[in-house]
Amino acid sequence: MTANCPECEAEITLAKPMRGEIVVCPDCGVELEVTSENPLAFDLAPQEEEDWGE
Amino acid sequence: MKLAVLYSRVRAEEKLLFEALDARGIAYDKIDDREVIFDLQNPGAWREYSVVLERCINHARALNALKILNDWRIPTVNTAYVASVCGDKLTTSTALVHHGVPTTRIKVAFTPESALKAIEELGYPVILKPAVGSWGRLLSKVNDREAAEAILEHKETLGSYHHSIFYIQEYIRKPGRDIRAFVIGDETVGAIYRASEHWITNTARGGQATGCPVTPELNRICVAAAKAVGGGIVGVDLLEDPERGLLVNEVNYTIEFRNSITTTGVDIPQRILDYVFAVGRGEIKVI
Repeated sequence: MTANCPECEAEITLAKPMRGEIVVCPDCGVELEVTSENPLAFDLAPQEEEDWGE
Repeated sequence: MKLAVLYSRVRAEEKLLFEALDARGIAYDKIDDREVIFDLQNPGAWREYSVVLERCINHARALNALKILNDWRIPTVNTAYVASVCGDKLTTSTALVHHGVPTTRIKVAFTPESALKAIEELGYPVILKPAVGSWGRLLSKVNDREAAEAILEHKETLGSYHHSIFYIQEYIRKPGRDIRAFVIGDETVGAIYRASEHWITNTARGGQATGCPVTPELNRICVAAAKAVGGGIVGVDLLEDPERGLLVNEVNYTIEFRNSITTTGVDIPQRILDYVFAVGRGEIKVI
């Protein structure tokens, strides 16, 4: 399935998208979150916060 | 048995866990922490879960969710207690010392003046770390008094209040690497070396992973460290001191393992699920 990067509009194809999955746009390098599997849709992933980690 | 996975983002680790669950044919609920509402007086459907696997990326969300779930007597992996100890380096260090686990020298101070005194007592270089934080963020290697004065002033002026709890760690002259060991229950299931030219060796910061043998000594120290923080599934970071040997540096409670499955040869997601199911079946009591 294919959708466009909301930052640079690059066409991104994922074979088995999973809602919530984080992918990196191959063109502009921004982190994207899969917000819908079918139809495939992306949004910009949340930015890292101070208490993120392991 | 009903399982839920509480998560923030589906990173490589969560994908591997979901795939491992799917491969076992186990039904489970995925719960995005951004959509969660806890009604403290009415647990409702939460009570149906035999166990909740916590995979939040925010420490504060994880800690609060786990506290609520455990107070409802819902078993979680890990528990709120473990999250509270591991989520704060100061609390981790005092637990390790309290339980006699070999660890680095740590001093704690509450003002820049007393912190400077503590730093000079330890001797340069020292490491300043925020008590809450991960992935090597805001770590400072302080080589001399002028740097110490500058960093302490910056932390007090620019940081939020918890940056004025000064956590000061001796600098260990490690051999260009540290060790990350994975403890599940009573066993160190695998370990990796993390090597870097930089003194920060986190794989999140580009440290290169290679296999590290789990010796009886490594297993003993790591299991002791895990028990000191409350047990469960933890990632223990260790430093190799030229004189004192293995010293526990930190303990992490929502482990990242994407770089460690091939390196260790251990199917970490499956091992995690084995433990989670044992908790769900009541064979391991966590609360």
